[in-house]
Parts: sequence; structure tokens; C-alpha cells
Amino acid sequence: MKLKGAQIFIKALLDEGVDTIFGYPGGVVLDIYDELHKGQLRHILVRHEQGAAHAADGYARASGKVGVCLVTSGPGATNTVTGIATAYMDSIPIVVFTGQVSTALIGSDAFQEADITGITRPCTKHNFIVRRTEDLVRTVKEAFYIARSGRPGPVLVDLPKDVAQGMAEYVPPEAGLPRTKGPSYLPDVQALEKVLCMLRDAKRPVVLIGGGVILGKASEELRAFVRKAGLPITSTLMGLGAYPGTDPLSLGMLGMHGTYYANMAVSHADLLIAVGVRFDDRVTGRLADFARGAKIVHIDIDPASINKNVTVDLAIVSDSRTALHQLNQMLEREGKAFSGDRYGEWHKQIEEWKTYAPLSYCPGEKIKPQCVIETLHRLTGGDAIVATEVGQNQMWTAQFYPFKRPNQLLTSGGLGTMGYGFPAAIGAQIACPDRTVVDIAGDGSIQMNIQELATAVNYNVPVKVVILNNGFLGMVRQWQEIFYGKRYSNTNISRTPDFVKVAEAYGATGLRATRPEEMEAVLKKGLETPGPVFMDFVVDSEEGVYPMVGPGAALTEMDLGRKE
Amino acid sequence: MEIKNHTMTIVVNNKPDVLARIAGIFSGRGFNIESISANVTLNPEVTKIILVTKGNTATVGRIENQIRKLVDVIDFQVVANDRAILREMILIRIPLADKDTEKIRKDIENFHCRIVRMEPDHCILEITGTLEEIQWVMKGLEPHGIEDLSRSGLIVLR
Repeated sequence: MKLKGAQIFIKALLDEGVDTIFGYPGGVVLDIYDELHKGQLRHILVRHEQGAAHAADGYARASGKVGVCLVTSGPGATNTVTGIATAYMDSIPIVVFTGQVSTALIGSDAFQEADITGITRPCTKHNFIVRRTEDLVRTVKEAFYIARSGRPGPVLVDLPKDVAQGMAEYVPPEAGLPRTKGPSYLPDVQALEKVLCMLRDAKRPVVLIGGGVILGKASEELRAFVRKAGLPITSTLMGLGAYPGTDPLSLGMLGMHGTYYANMAVSHADLLIAVGVRFDDRVTGRLADFARGAKIVHIDIDPASINKNVTVDLAIVSDSRTALHQLNQMLEREGKAFSGDRYGEWHKQIEEWKTYAPLSYCPGEKIKPQCVIETLHRLTGGDAIVATEVGQNQMWTAQFYPFKRPNQLLTSGGLGTMGYGFPAAIGAQIACPDRTVVDIAGDGSIQMNIQELATAVNYNVPVKVVILNNGFLGMVRQWQEIFYGKRYSNTNISRTPDFVKVAEAYGATGLRATRPEEMEAVLKKGLETPGPVFMDFVVDSEEGVYPMVGPGAALTEMDLGRKE
Repeated sequence: MEIKNHTMTIVVNNKPDVLARIAGIFSGRGFNIESISANVTLNPEVTKIILVTKGNTATVGRIENQIRKLVDVIDFQVVANDRAILREMILIRIPLADKDTEKIRKDIENFHCRIVRMEPDHCILEITGTLEEIQWVMKGLEPHGIEDLSRSGLIVLR
């Protein structure tokens, strides 16, 4: 029996196991929306298409499934681009369906026409334009396969109006999917043996993990590996949570705002085992001085990540779980050789660094943003799913909310997208209705997608938003303070709206704390209040994020923010 | 590291946007395409692209890694120059009016050019050869005045 394109589309999504999509309707997707009206799929109506892409991304990160969004052509499609680029930089599997004008009109500058496959070619893992209704099922299948396989990433499928209106048989594709990209994901066993040799010879080893450990679902294997060999471990922003942040072996985050002891440990290491990282400039500091005394082992699923920024001594192309699993088996065979106090001197040195410069801040008369996050950590038992925006709020979260589990921190690490956190938190809460989901925001970032409060209220998504309100675009202000002679060009946004009233206007709850003694009570009340809540914390306006490694500086050249 | 020309063959699915994807890897990551040629293989659904880029071996490695990631790329090879047959083709138009056509004819014969069109006022010549051969012929024909030319990208077979 022949089905209409729109019907085929919904059926293909159901066959992929999709239950929720985030979207916004428009002219060319009316046929699909008419089909959605039958209610086979849950559709979350956002208030801006960027919100749909970020919500699908948050849904994907929190659930480990592929996030899906559906928007119309032209501006609907272009509004998703920031969300797609965000997912691309962080390797998050989402599939974005965009409407397109009818095939006969493509190229005629028709109303609401945009060459969205052309626009998104550099920021998608792959994209498609479906030209015949018959190709719809297969394309949907391929899109999901590509999004989740290998190094995951966003895929866009452009759907012309006549394709959704046309009739075709629903034939589920059996075989012939695109071949798995890249070489085999199984590690070279000899190379793994070599890692073991290097560990045996090392005096000062450090493990560095990134988002690849979380995407590769290798957290268990990682914990076993690190504990068995007794290795100090540091993480990129994207890797936080793969190893428990409160564990004694954890050094916290590495890089520009990494801990003193992580930066010192990597800089003085003689062996660095990097798993699922891509050596971003925010992590390495000045490349010439990065881990200068160390042999570097790089385990990553993407051959293109290897030797891209940092030249390594041993490269292993593999998914992180298989590589770590096999390393663990080899360690088991070694038996006692790797247990106990093998790197005792090195741990002692690291302890000294930890004592010399722990993460800290000076309490004062105003609310300290770090203290808000520490208190949030305590009140949530370190168990919340935490989304962040981008800037100081993001770095303080990374420093002061030690994450326990993978997929617990949702943050735009690569692209650094302000406005990501709130819609991502909504997506995460929809994926995990029983978890506490918090968005830690600044007063700048929250205004970039504040319209999604209507979505949260509409579906009663109980996301708690912690606004660290310092009246500034804080991170840019900090750079202006340090590198531009305190000339605060266009970073003072103290004329912000009253966030409590904004929340109330949308039908949510708004709370505010202006003095340190009010802070904990507001957090408690906010977390206990049902439904979406904005908590406005008026914090110290010129508090900075420290330690800080300046741009172009080596990781050892840290400003600890100690005011004499 | 030494900067020189590198030739690569990329076998791809014959789809409308595949060339744009490959070109995008070059433009988006700051590499330059010196020469390109593309056409279908024995299988009309598969296209072979031959591409020349300038850079050191590390650059070429980076390009290879990025191109291999593209979904529609079936195969990627860097051509080692000593083992491969490399050819370019060039069409040259030479004006014949008020000229010593005998001398031109003689040169054409000497340079092993094929005459593909002969009119009273001009002729068009076809030359196929290595880069060096083509440069040699062009230099030899220059005195007769090359009015216009069209030059293909490099093609290669091992």
C-alpha cells in the first residue's frame, strides 16, 4: 500500500525508536505537522528553532540516544545552524530535519528558500536532500546511522514539500547502509602492549581524558584502568564526569582554567596517556611547551584527531571502550606489578601541588558565584544533571561542581555557544524526567534563549535555572580587565531585566538572593519548587575565574588570581 | 618540511554535492587546490577525482584524514610520482593570418601536436603529455603567438 511522504517520514522515525522530537512548524512542513497531529510521536514545540537544535542536543547528551528536531525551510532552517555547529564541535548525535521548498522551485529564490545543505556542509557530519518520496525511508535510516556511528555528530536531512506530499511504498531498507567510516575501531594489540611498557618505564604518568570517553561509554573501563594502575587523571571540559571528580586520583580539569595541580602534573609528566581528546587550544596552552617532557600516547576513534595539534609518540585509533578494556585485561595479567605504590613519589609531588594551590575563592560581603555552585553541589548531592551556558558560569561549574557520572554535564565545549544551556537543560529534563536538571547561567547567556522559558512552562519542564548575575558579560570583562587595561568596552549589561518578574511573566517561579546569607535558602527553595524556576543570584560583579593561563602562554604560566 | 606538489586520487560516489564537500575540506582548512580533474569511472555511479595540492607531507596527511571521513568517499590514494603515469592535455589556438604557415606547420610536426581544427585564419592544436612536455611545447609555439588556450587538470594511472 502506498503511503504519503509525511506518513512515511513519521513511520521511519518510529522505526528508529524515536519517541520525542523538538520542532517548530512552518509552510513547507505543514504536511508533516498534519501527520504529527495524530499523536504517534511526542513533539515539543519550542519558541525558536535554535532552541530546538540545542534541546535535541541536550536530550542526546543526557539520554545517550540520537536527538531529533524538525523545522521549516529558510529562516527555520538557518536558525538551527548554531545548534548544529555546537553539536558538530562536541560530536553529539542529532538529526535535524529541515523543510525545503518543492523540488521544482529549488534554486529559484522562492519564498523561504535557503540552501541549507550548502550552508551546513562544513558543520554536519553529513547532510542529505531527499529528492524523491521513494528515497525517504532509506535516507532517514542512513541519517541516524551516520549520526550515531564512529565519532558521532549532527546530520541534516532537507525535505522538499513535494517529497512529503508524494506517495510511495514503505519499504524498510535492510542492508547497504553507508560503510563504517575510517579504519577498524579495534585497537592494535601490539600498540597497547607498548602502552604497558611505557607505563612500566614511567615515573610520572598522567591520564588525560576527553569527551570521547563519555561518547564511547567507556567510563567503567576507565575507572578500572586508572585505579588498577594508580594513575593521576585529569580531564578536558568535555570529559568531566567520566571519572568521579571527588576521587583522590582526580586532578580536575586541565587547561586555561584548569586546576594548578592538573596543569603542573601534565607539564612535569614523563608519560601522558590521552584518551578521547582532540588537544583543543584551550587545553594545551602554548603547544611548544605542552607536556614537553612526556611521551604522549593518544587513543582516539578519529584518525583525523591524531597528530592534528599535538605530535604524539604512540597513536592508537580505536574506540575508547575497547582500548581501555584490553588495557585492563593486560594489566590483570601483570598482576601485582602494577598494584600498590608504584608512582608514590609522583603522587607525593602532586599532593604538594594540591596543597599549595587548591581551587579557592575569597568569601566577601557579596555572594560569590563559586559559593553558589558549591552549595548547589551540596544540596543536590552532586547528582544533578547540570547544563551550563558559556563563559565564567561554565568554568566555575567545571571547577566547583565535581561530576560523578558521564552525561551529567551538558556544556558547549568546542563552539562555546552562549544560549546553549537553557534549551539543552529542557531537552535533558524531557529525556530524564526523574532527575534534577539545573542550568547554570550568566545574566548575559540566559538572555540568548530566554524565550524557551515559554516551552518549559508550556510542558511543565521543571528545569532550575541558576543565574549568576554580575551585570557583566563576565568572561569578556575578565579579559578586558587583564589584557585591555580594564577598558570595559560593551560588556556592562547591568541594565538587565528583572529576572524574577520575567519568570513570573512567563508563568514560572522567580526567586532572588542579593546577600550571602540569603543564598542557600533561595537555592533550597528553588530546588524544591515544582515547575521551572529562575533563581537570580546577584553576585560579586568583578569576580574572576582562576587559575588562568593567558592566551599563548604555557600551562605552567598560571595566574592564580592571588591579590597581594 | 619540504613544500611541494602532491597528487591524490579520490574515488567518490557520483553525487551532485560531492565535489563541493571535497572542495570544502580544502577551503575550510586553509589548503589550496592547484589542479583538479574529475570524471566517472567504468561504474557511472562512481567518480574519480584527481587533485594536486601544494604542501608538506604533514599537510597531505591532514587532508587525507579529513577527506577519508566524508561519507561519499570510497578511496583515497596519494600518488607516488615515480610509479604513476601522469598526463595533462592542452588545446591551443594559434592565429594563421599574415603568417608563414609553412614554418608553423613544421613546428607543429616537430612538437608532435595534433591539429584538431585548421581554418584559413587560425588552427587549434591538441597536446597531451607530462607537465614538462606541455611546457616545452608551449615554449616552442610561443613565437607564433598563442591566442588562447585551455588546459586540463592532471590525470594519473598506476
